[in-house]
Amino acid sequence: MEASLIMMLTVFVLAMFVGFEVITKVPPTLHTPLMSGSNAISGITIIGALIAAGDGQTSLASILGAVAVALATINVVGGFLVTDRMLKMFKSRRPRDDA
Amino acid sequence: MSALSATWIPLAYLVASACFILGMKRLSSPKTAPSGNMLAAVGMFIAIVATLLDQEIVRFEGIVAGAVVGAVIGGITAYRVQMTAMPQMVAAFNGFGGGASALVAGAELIRLDLAGTPPDLVVSIPIVLGTVIGAVTLTGSGIAFAKLQELMSGAPTVYPGQQIVNGLLSLGLIALAVTLVLAPEDLRLFWGLLALAGLLGILLVIPIGGADMPVVISLLNSYSGLAACATGFVINNQGLVICGSLVGASGIILTQIMCRAMNRSLANVLFGAFGAAPTAGVSTSATGTVKAGTPDDAAMILDAARSVIIVPGYGLAVAQAQHAVRELGTLLLERGINVRYAIHPVAGRMPGHMNVLLAEADVPYELLVEMEEINSSFPRTDVALVIGANDVTNPDARDNPSSPIYGMPILEVDRATTVMVCKRSMNTGFAGVDNPLYTLPQTMMLFGDAKDTAEKVLRSAKDL
Repeated sequence: MEASLIMMLTVFVLAMFVGFEVITKVPPTLHTPLMSGSNAISGITIIGALIAAGDGQTSLASILGAVAVALATINVVGGFLVTDRMLKMFKSRRPRDDA
Repeated sequence: MSALSATWIPLAYLVASACFILGMKRLSSPKTAPSGNMLAAVGMFIAIVATLLDQEIVRFEGIVAGAVVGAVIGGITAYRVQMTAMPQMVAAFNGFGGGASALVAGAELIRLDLAGTPPDLVVSIPIVLGTVIGAVTLTGSGIAFAKLQELMSGAPTVYPGQQIVNGLLSLGLIALAVTLVLAPEDLRLFWGLLALAGLLGILLVIPIGGADMPVVISLLNSYSGLAACATGFVINNQGLVICGSLVGASGIILTQIMCRAMNRSLANVLFGAFGAAPTAGVSTSATGTVKAGTPDDAAMILDAARSVIIVPGYGLAVAQAQHAVRELGTLLLERGINVRYAIHPVAGRMPGHMNVLLAEADVPYELLVEMEEINSSFPRTDVALVIGANDVTNPDARDNPSSPIYGMPILEVDRATTVMVCKRSMNTGFAGVDNPLYTLPQTMMLFGDAKDTAEKVLRSAKDL
């Protein structure tokens, strides 16, 4: 158990560093899509929600799980779709000739 | 199957995590960004499918019900939301993410307790952290949503002894958290913790003013990631830890950028109740005379200019003037005038908000220039056209140490040859501070609704 905790902490710290490196390169013009996109990614908690909702052991835990699935799905579906909608609005000055 | 899934599933999470990181990397340019978002969505799909294939999942009723409800709400919201309402949508979604993490932590605690194996410290500590951060995120985001949606007043809600009440509640929360860590078999402690954290989330956000919401949303964005992270420790899942950290880091960076753009510390934003009391700082030149101009005057000056910088503020979006302003900008560009848009980091209601609003109005993103980059251009600019922006153009922030907003980085529009300010009235901005820009000799005020004025200027410019 302790070995796996160390492993998880290692992943946590390294992922934080990766996050800082990657995010600092996002230009300010894309900060709103960055927020809505990262919002969708934080919906990854849906994994835990799926496991809790599908466990089938205790009804209270699976009810909490099902509510969590609903909340996380709003996050995932809504987050990715709205980010896509926004990013499609960003147009360059000279669009490539379509014809 | 068991040995197979034990290898397969963590590998699938690893692939998903790589997709998220590569996806966010592609957000470094508007050209590659849509494919990056797509890649992140593919990563999420892989993670979800891998989880569903996991044999631990035996019942699907709750999953299907939750997923259908969530997908319908999320999908409809994403398609219908106005770009001006993006901050409150992101606030609400942050809250849902945090709430989901708190519920997952609780469900795991209940499962372990009922199985007769209460969690040890390695699991109970992250359960408590996930619950607290998740619940604070849920209710705090709810208040942020209500303030941005104007369901409640954007003004800070303050009362005597507020800091003490919040401090005592925080201490109570910590005590309850420690008790739950040590006695995880008592579920009443969990419900108490959930309720107390939720209450604290509300109380912490109500004293924060509407103008500071960009910081609050960024911070709650970070919390929603950290809550997911804690949940990853609870269910021992590296995918959650990686994604949660990415989002946590992103939120922290955006919070820092927003604080720096307002020259305020995070502590000052969270506890300063900015904008609550009338600010005493009196402008040095508030007594000067104001010159008002007509749209015809403005059109003539713009037509004669060689370089124009348009400075949009949130007032432009409120008046729905983006399209008229873009048309005016395009007309001037077609006449060979160098037109650019100067974007202050806090021009909108969330980081990058103004850029999205102008992108929606078809302003090419190359014309949008950040504050640091464009400030050196103002002295060589014929006309600075300020529309719906106030505090971010206030020269007092640069020159007057007694001003409440002194030190806040501004767009130095007062260095342009002519400044035109489109504004409803002489009312002060969000910070409640006078703006001496309006009485400078080179400033011409265009009073009226931003959209209406922009359309009038456009019409008379077309006739020239």
